[in-house]
Parts: sequence; C-alpha cells; structure tokens
Amino acid sequence: MIEFATAYPFWAAVIALLVMCGLFGGLLGFASVKFKVEGNPIVDQINDILPQTQCGQCSYPGCKPYAEAIADGEAINKCPPGGEAGIQALADLLDMEPIPLDAEHGTEEIRTVAYIREDECIGCTKCIQACPVDAILGAAKLMHTVIADECTGCDLCVEPCPVDCIDMLPIEIDLKHWAWDLPATAEANLIATDRNPRVNGEAA
Amino acid sequence: MNTRQKPIQTWDIHGGIHPPENKTQSLGNPIQTAPIPAQLILPLSQSIGAPAEPCVALGDQVFKGQKIADATGFVSVPLHASSSGRVAAIEDRPIAHSSGMSAPCIVIDTDGEDRWGARNPLTEYTAVDRSALVSHIRNAGIAGMGGAGFPTAVKLSPPADKPIATLIINATECEPYITADHALILERAEEILQGIDVLTHLLQPARILIGLEDNKPDAATALNEALSGRPYQVIEFPTKYPSGGEKQLIEILTGKQVPSGGLPADLGIVCQNIGTCYAIKRAVFDGEPLISRITTLTGNALNTLGNVEVLLGTTMQAVLEQHGWQATAKSRLIMGGPMMGFTVLSANVPIVKTTNCLLAPTPSELPSPDMAQACIRCGMCAEACPVSLLPQQMYWYSRAREYEQLEAHNIADCIECGACSYVCPSNIPLVQYYRASKAELRERAEEHVKAEHSRQRFEFRQERLDAAEREKEAKKAARKAAAAKRAAEKDAAATAGGEDNAATAKQVEVEAAVARAKAKKDALSEPASPSSNNEAND
Repeated sequence: MIEFATAYPFWAAVIALLVMCGLFGGLLGFASVKFKVEGNPIVDQINDILPQTQCGQCSYPGCKPYAEAIADGEAINKCPPGGEAGIQALADLLDMEPIPLDAEHGTEEIRTVAYIREDECIGCTKCIQACPVDAILGAAKLMHTVIADECTGCDLCVEPCPVDCIDMLPIEIDLKHWAWDLPATAEANLIATDRNPRVNGEAA
Repeated sequence: MNTRQKPIQTWDIHGGIHPPENKTQSLGNPIQTAPIPAQLILPLSQSIGAPAEPCVALGDQVFKGQKIADATGFVSVPLHASSSGRVAAIEDRPIAHSSGMSAPCIVIDTDGEDRWGARNPLTEYTAVDRSALVSHIRNAGIAGMGGAGFPTAVKLSPPADKPIATLIINATECEPYITADHALILERAEEILQGIDVLTHLLQPARILIGLEDNKPDAATALNEALSGRPYQVIEFPTKYPSGGEKQLIEILTGKQVPSGGLPADLGIVCQNIGTCYAIKRAVFDGEPLISRITTLTGNALNTLGNVEVLLGTTMQAVLEQHGWQATAKSRLIMGGPMMGFTVLSANVPIVKTTNCLLAPTPSELPSPDMAQACIRCGMCAEACPVSLLPQQMYWYSRAREYEQLEAHNIADCIECGACSYVCPSNIPLVQYYRASKAELRERAEEHVKAEHSRQRFEFRQERLDAAEREKEAKKAARKAAAAKRAAEKDAAATAGGEDNAATAKQVEVEAAVARAKAKKDALSEPASPSSNNEAND
C-alpha cells in the first residue's frame, strides 16, 4: 500500500479523500437521523419569553403563532404585554439590537384582570367563546364570572359582550406584592450644595 | 465561669462593620410590663408563611391565651388572644410594614380582667411522642423571635435523612440599640435554658452551642451560672455586625458555610433565637402560647428607655406614650434596629411577634441619609459584605436592570444587612437597590410560572376546539358519504330498471316519506302512548 502511495501519490490522495468523504458522510447521515430534533427549538424558546396572554395584539392568533413568526424573521417589538423587558429578552436570545415597542400594536400598560358586572350579564356565552384560556365560567342564560387567577388580562372578552358588562380592572398591589422601588438616581442631584441642609444645620 | 476561661475556637466571617452600639441606654432598668391596652389589634399574618384563618366571630368573648385564628398550612402559625375581652372587629387595619398598607386583623376590646382561658402545659414532655411535642409548639403560635419570624415548628421537623448534629442558640443580638435578648438573658436565664432543654430533647443534637458577642459578658456569666451541669457551651466571640445572621453565626461557631440556596439543616444544624427558646419554655412548662414579647424601647425621643414585656397587638403609640415619646413632625419611628429595621409610617400599628425593638430617634441622633453621590468604585462595600458578594457590581446591574447578571452574582444570597450602605462614602442606598431588584426577580419568576400555566390552558383549549372541529368535519364527511352512497344506489336502480323504474322508485320513496310523516303525526297526537308504540307505528 505504501508502494502504491509512493508510486501514484496523486491517486493515493484522491482515494484517501474519497474514503474520508464516505466515512464522514455516513457519520453525518447517521447523526441527522439519530439526533433529529422534533419541531423548532428556537420557537419554543421564544414562546417561553412571550407573556402567554394570548391577546392577539401582535396580530397573530396567540403567542405561539407569533413565536413562529419571529423565528421566521418577524419583528420582535409587537408584543405590548411583554413590554420593553420582553423585547430585551428576545433581543438577547436572538442576538439582535432591542428596538422600541411598535406603538401600532398598543402600548405597555399595567396588568389588568377582567371583571364581569354580574347583575348586568345576560348569559350570552360570547365572552366564554372569546376567552383564550378558559378563564370565564358560565352557561347559556346563566350568569358568567371570571376566574381572576386564570385571567391573563387580554381583554378579548370585552368587545364581544353585547351589554358591555365587562370591565378591565387594574390588579391592585397587595402586601405580598408590594416592593421597594429603585432609588432615584444620584446623577439627578450632582451638585454638592444639594446636600440636605437640615442635617448639617442640626449637626453644627 | 470555668468554661469561659478555656477559650473555644471560633471562626471569623468575611467583612462586617462596627457601628456605634448604643446598647447601654436601654439596659439600665429591669424589664417592665406594659399595661393592658384598651384595644388589641392582632394581624393574622405575623410570620413568614400563610396567614392564619380566624376561628372566632364578631362579638365573641375570648380569654387570654385562647386561640383566635388557626394555622392554614405547614408553614403557618396560629394566633392567640393576648388578653381577655370581646372581638370588636375582624377587618383590615394598618400594620407595621414599610408600605404602610393594611392587612386583615382581629381587633379585641379588652375587659381589663386579663382572665386566662384553659392552659395546657406539657411538663412531662419527655414522655410524649416527638410529633406531639412539635405540634404543641406549633399550636402555641411560636415563630422566630429574632426578627424574620419563621415558624419554629417547621425548623423542628427536619427531614429524616438530615439528622441534626448541632443546635445553635442565637443570643448574638448584633444590631445596634437592641437589647431585648440581652435583658431577657440577664433576668430569665433559667427559663431560657429550660426551653433549650426541650429543643435538645426534640432534636437530640450532639452539641449545643449558645453564641453571643463579647460585648455582653454579664449575659454570658448569667447563662453559665444557670447551666448547672447542662452540657451546653456558651461561646463568646468578637463583636461585629452582622454576626447574628443565621448563616454568619453558623460560620463563626462551626467554621462551616451554609451553601448558597441551602438551609442550615443541610449541614446538620438548627439555629434558634434565644427569645424563641424562652417562648418554648412558656408554651411547654406553663401552657402559655406566644402572646407577649420583650421589646426594646430606645432612642433619644423617649423619656424612659428600656425593655418592656408587651402584649402582642398593643399599638406602638400606646407603648411609646407611656415612655414619654415626644413625637414631632420630623421624627421617625423605626421597627427593628437602625441597620435592618424599617420606618413605620404611623405609630398606630400593632406590635407583633417579630417586633424586637422600637427605635424613636431624634432627627440629630439618626439623621436622614445625605443625598447619594456617584459611585467612586472604592470597593469598600465588597470588603464589608459578610456574604462575600460584589455589592458594587450588583449596584450597577440593578441600575441597568440586568437581572440575569444579578442572578449570576447571587443577589439572592444578600441578607440585606446594610453593611455595604453603611460604609459607602457616597451614601448610595445600596440595600434599596438590592431589595427592588430582588422583588423584580421574584415577580418575574412568578409571572413566568403564570405564563406557563396560561400557555398550557391555551394549548388545551386549542386542542379541544380542534378536536370538536375534527369531529364536526368527520360527521359532515360521513353524511356526505352516506348521501353519495344513496345517490349511487338510486342511480344503480335507475340504470337497472330504465326510466319507468326510476319513476316508480321515486314514487315508492315519496309514499314511504308520506307514511313516515303520518306515523309521526299520529305519535304526536297521542302523547300518552309509550315510545315503544311510536316505534311500532313506524
């Protein structure tokens, strides 16, 4: 074999390359079958970041379709409930520059929860059909009510209501969710004479 | 005294600070008992965990020590009436919280008679089952008295695979101004040790260490004198803030570090506050639930400083007024110490299980902090941090709201002791940054859980709708197929019998339809007839 290689170096090289091609090609082919990934993992990662309100403000019918669209190159700034934080997270994931929220699709607002004024409800079930997460309980000609813990605040139930008895109420901050705010930044008061004069006066 | 002469090895923690102690002011007088107030306000949530559930109704007569609210879970403690009287209200009242918000409380109008309800001591605690003893402690409503308020019974039920080798009793009281534990040791060392006896019986540890700072030698002497042969070690170590943090004290006494995100039980250690031991003694030997605590009243805005035993639910206003509080528009009132305490927005809030100190300073004594300046990157905060974190990095990341980086820098391990803010030459309120960021991280985690839940519900709904749609389609297809089949049969019949046959087939079909309609009509006109008859008519 060494004799062949020394006698015909050109053909020896060609044969060696062909053998390697076959080997690695086979390996890759095997790997592509063995380690095949079902679905698109990036879609799941994007979907994980989206707030799952299923509100459709992005003009897609739910968060998953929007995640699929982003994976196909749609802009990442069409999700108002996710807000700037969501855009930042998407930008980090996709290694893009964060862009401001597209105002056409709405603005970032405080989280709300739907509330049905129950004595006005006529029991038409239209809101039940509209709710993307089955958060409204009720039956035809019977009063409906919202399971507040399940409500994502998407407000899709407001528009179909024929008697306009659904309010979107802001979620009130309770003791459990109260938190300190970040302090006002120091740079706003850089001048030394801004120091608290009362303390200096009393200390003197 | 002998044990103090032979030094026991202690370890040092990273960082720490030496703020002025200001402890002598409140140690001059013995512990006083605060009078029974006209009204007691008892918040349903006084500890970490689920709030208690009221088990009395409006207008009920309650006795001192009677249970008025039940625990609602494993990490929850019941609540007891601090004195006898009548339930005046069960409603939201302002509580001691930085937000100044209200929380559900049981309000009791006291009758001044202070009549005890049934007291069930468990003096023979060694004779009963261990779980019975733990539930006795739980039923007494005991939660950590050091300040965090973690339900004690939870700590006393360690998982079976983690035996407890060391019991540490925390008598450090490292925070300036506070002397509640110190005064308690000086006056009631024997009772405290009885409480430790109960804990020792429960946990069966190999070693029992009582740790305290060397700024209270009289307390160490009092404990050593009361020991009388008990195998507990009283260990003094150099005074440094914050040695009293649970994880810090464990490192000082054992040289072991509790892993990030772990619990002392992972190292076979349980840590209890000395005030908690006293409460356990009262619960087990006297049958008295946790209805009062020792609170330090201190600060130059008071006339008489000292420690008082105060009924839980007494308003801060009532206690402070008895000590000559000169409240001015500028004055602050702090629950807890100057390092980790918080300013309460109104003094008309109740004293709870975790109120170890009420600090009423004059404006010159504890001036409001100067304006924050820019960070000069001196690194003093990192030197002071007892948890070896990087406060400066966390400050920048908090400002930039880079939460992933904050998690990577272990912000969750920050104990919010305030050492970094204390040493900061630029007066940056670092702890506030960390608190805000921690809250944001917590909220994000919660929101993510909720989003995941919503996603599952959405997908389930989608699947259900799709299934319904598929079913509808299938039915439609089946009907179509049936129609096509009928048409084909008809065609077949037509081609077989020619045009006449087709006509007769049609006629037969029409006749059959008419007969069916008639039968149906008959059936309707005879509603009394059973359905089987209808079928027969068909």
